[in-house]
Amino acid sequence: MDLDLTKEQGFIKSSAREFLKKECPVSTVREMRDDPEGFSRDVWKKMAVLGWQGIMIPEEYDGMGGDFLDLALILEAMGEVCCNGPFFSTVALGATAIINLGTEEQKKELLPQISKGNLILSLAVAEPQQWYGLDDIQTTLTDTGQDLVLNGAKLFVENAHISDYILCVAQGPGKGLSVVMVDPRSPGVQSSPLSTFAYEKQCNATFKNVLIPRANILGTMGEMREDLEGLLEFAALAKCLETVGVLQAAFEQSVEYAKSRKQFGRAIGSFQAIQHHCANMVVDVDGARFISYQAAWRVARGLPASAEISMAKAWTGEAAKRVTALSHQIHGAISFCDEFDLHFYYRKAKACEAAFGDVQYHLDKTADRLGLV
Amino acid sequence: MEFQFTEKELAFRAELEAFIKSALPPDWQERARSWPGGYGAMEYDSEQDRQDAEIFKQKMVDEGWFTVSWPKEYGGRGLSNMEQAIYFERTSYYRAPSLNIATAIMGPTILQIGTEENKEDWVPGIARGEIEMWLGYSEPDAGSDLASIRTTAVREGDEYVLNGQKIWSSLAHASNYGWVIARTDPDGHRHRSVSILVVDNNTPGVAIRPLINIIGVHSFNEVFFDNVRVPARNLIGQENMGFYYLMTALDFERLIVNIGAFKHGLEMLCDYVKQTERGGKPLGKDPHVRRKLAEIAARVEIAYLFYWRTATLLDRGKIPSVESSALKLVTTELSRMLANASMEILGPYSLLMDPTQGAPMNGMAPRGYLDCISATIGAGTSEIQRNIIATRGLGLPSK
Ligand SMILES: Cc1cc2nc3c(=O)[nH]c(=O)nc-3n(C[C@H](O)[C@H](O)[C@H](O)COP(=O)(O)OP(=O)(O)OC[C@H]3O[C@@H](n4cnc5c(N)ncnc54)[C@H](O)[C@@H]3O)c2cc1C
Repeated sequence: MDLDLTKEQGFIKSSAREFLKKECPVSTVREMRDDPEGFSRDVWKKMAVLGWQGIMIPEEYDGMGGDFLDLALILEAMGEVCCNGPFFSTVALGATAIINLGTEEQKKELLPQISKGNLILSLAVAEPQQWYGLDDIQTTLTDTGQDLVLNGAKLFVENAHISDYILCVAQGPGKGLSVVMVDPRSPGVQSSPLSTFAYEKQCNATFKNVLIPRANILGTMGEMREDLEGLLEFAALAKCLETVGVLQAAFEQSVEYAKSRKQFGRAIGSFQAIQHHCANMVVDVDGARFISYQAAWRVARGLPASAEISMAKAWTGEAAKRVTALSHQIHGAISFCDEFDLHFYYRKAKACEAAFGDVQYHLDKTADRLGLV
Repeated sequence: MEFQFTEKELAFRAELEAFIKSALPPDWQERARSWPGGYGAMEYDSEQDRQDAEIFKQKMVDEGWFTVSWPKEYGGRGLSNMEQAIYFERTSYYRAPSLNIATAIMGPTILQIGTEENKEDWVPGIARGEIEMWLGYSEPDAGSDLASIRTTAVREGDEYVLNGQKIWSSLAHASNYGWVIARTDPDGHRHRSVSILVVDNNTPGVAIRPLINIIGVHSFNEVFFDNVRVPARNLIGQENMGFYYLMTALDFERLIVNIGAFKHGLEMLCDYVKQTERGGKPLGKDPHVRRKLAEIAARVEIAYLFYWRTATLLDRGKIPSVESSALKLVTTELSRMLANASMEILGPYSLLMDPTQGAPMNGMAPRGYLDCISATIGAGTSEIQRNIIATRGLGLPSK
């Protein structure tokens, strides 16, 4: 056992932190919330120069050939600055789907473009009547023999408004699920950003008789349920890592503040109440990090990780609520001010929890695995 | 001991309820956005809301509902504190725009500790709803530790000259007077050198700058005093005794917990659960959801009992002190529980802020999740309430 990062991993983490601190501090996130695109193309390009979009893409497709832990460390650093933008949807969701499910042709065509930062992707799973997971998908893909036709409405499609392809999950043809790559400029596609809690650009997307070229099918048509479950677990874990970064930053800022803010002639950190808050945060942040790293390590090694992922997501989501609430408590009224950045962390932590299965959803899955059915 | 209202209280409650229902705009419930315990949505979203709130207040004043427990000679109804408590319970249950800091805090404090002149000057205007005050306590370096304020008031003839800065001043922009604590004796003991002055917002040298809160609402402000001349007559009570009056005023402030709004919030969440199916099953059958709501229901019940206890104490001639800290602690934590539960129960839909984009419960849950942060901070943080309960209440040593 060795729970420390390797030298290379340490390097990825520290350089990612440094880059983001400089290029995408929370003040930039603040600017991006009012930007209709919701992110900075300049930062996106610079990330590509560092190879981030291609972090998990095999070298033969111009990627960095890294594993999930490498991506995890970047996501953690992004969490530390609450960086919104298309990285998660393009890399953690889109690129992963293409690496795992794409044909050789699709990989050759798309992966190098993703690596270069030329392609923005999003994943469309959730629907207005749906809860988490893949049950009750009503968007349909029909095969008329001649054409493939997509119809339906999706919710929470992050970055649909700027995507080059929306990877859309649909029912059919027949009983199973399919994944199709939709060009948002195709006739019948509409999308618009929703007003959401953490200012990321979650969109509504509707598909009305959209014609899908057969070359745009990912994986085996009508047989994608299992693969998609894997993809959603992977996404849930990626969100855990982002959460860990959010919590780490909120925690560090709170400890710093507790050391410097004076009331009653002494640093507030000298009050036992505040010391206990900080101590509780340590246990939550480190606990969330270890359980998420463990699951990430299993994914990177190709070991079964479903159980670990669900436990990580449930635990991390609960810890996130406690840690961010305590950060606000320690900061007092200043934390209730829009001008102060802390609420970006509070918002982001909540949005991460709600994405790809919240605490209850993953606790239920964990209970199922304990044989409690 | 009697865990039910008297006949007289019931009659009062029924009459009040009829009044509230007839006086509120019919669609008010769809527009109301304040979260129980929160301080962030005190200001209204639209001009229409603001005007309707003003109309409602005027009706309350005209029909004598505004200052139920105040003596008749000061514009009140001369009823009991229990009836006053029923009033706050019902108005907050209907989310009626009744929160007026001056009637809830300054009025009772002046009646308690003010000079005859103070009572003459301020009480009738407060009772008529014409005087609205903001609380000028906090400063950038003095939050929990109010005895360390640096704003000074120097007596010059029959005026005080005020200099300094206040912060987090809720509704200062929407009131006409500040209730300001300032140091009147630079050399005095920390607690015996502070006074309370009422400052007209329109006095030259007062500058009010908006602060936007995390909900995006202009609820609080920074206020600057630059050689502001305040008539000495506006001193409340005795000079240098302000810190003790402040404790009384804070005890009153901590009684204003919008108790009814908690019950309303729980009912709103229950309605959503009853109307929603998940995975083909009614949400009300989900064991987690059921237990969560049941737990909150018990907590609401307990909060109500803490609330009625404070009214009981007031009617026995005591000012609740440790008891109002306990009430504040119980309710603000409940505010957080309710917000957390709402977000959990709405799941991914809890992230939708805008009712027009399909946000359930009018987008109340995410707003509440933001607003509940303020509950455990404003009017004294939870840590301070616990300190008060432990030291003032239980006699535990403070050092
Ligand atoms: C929405 C809102 C509205 C407000 N409206 C007003 C208003 O109208 N007028 C006004 O004057 N003020 C107002 N306030 C200010 C409020 O009263 C103060 O925020 C509060 O008293 C805490 O002070 P602070 O923010 O400076 O935090 P600090 O005092 O700096 O506290 C920071 C942290 O240290 C802790 N701490 C401090 N001292 C101790 C101790 N002795 N033991 C243990 N822990 C301690 C606190 O609990 C907190 O967790 C408002 C605040 C909010 C959030």
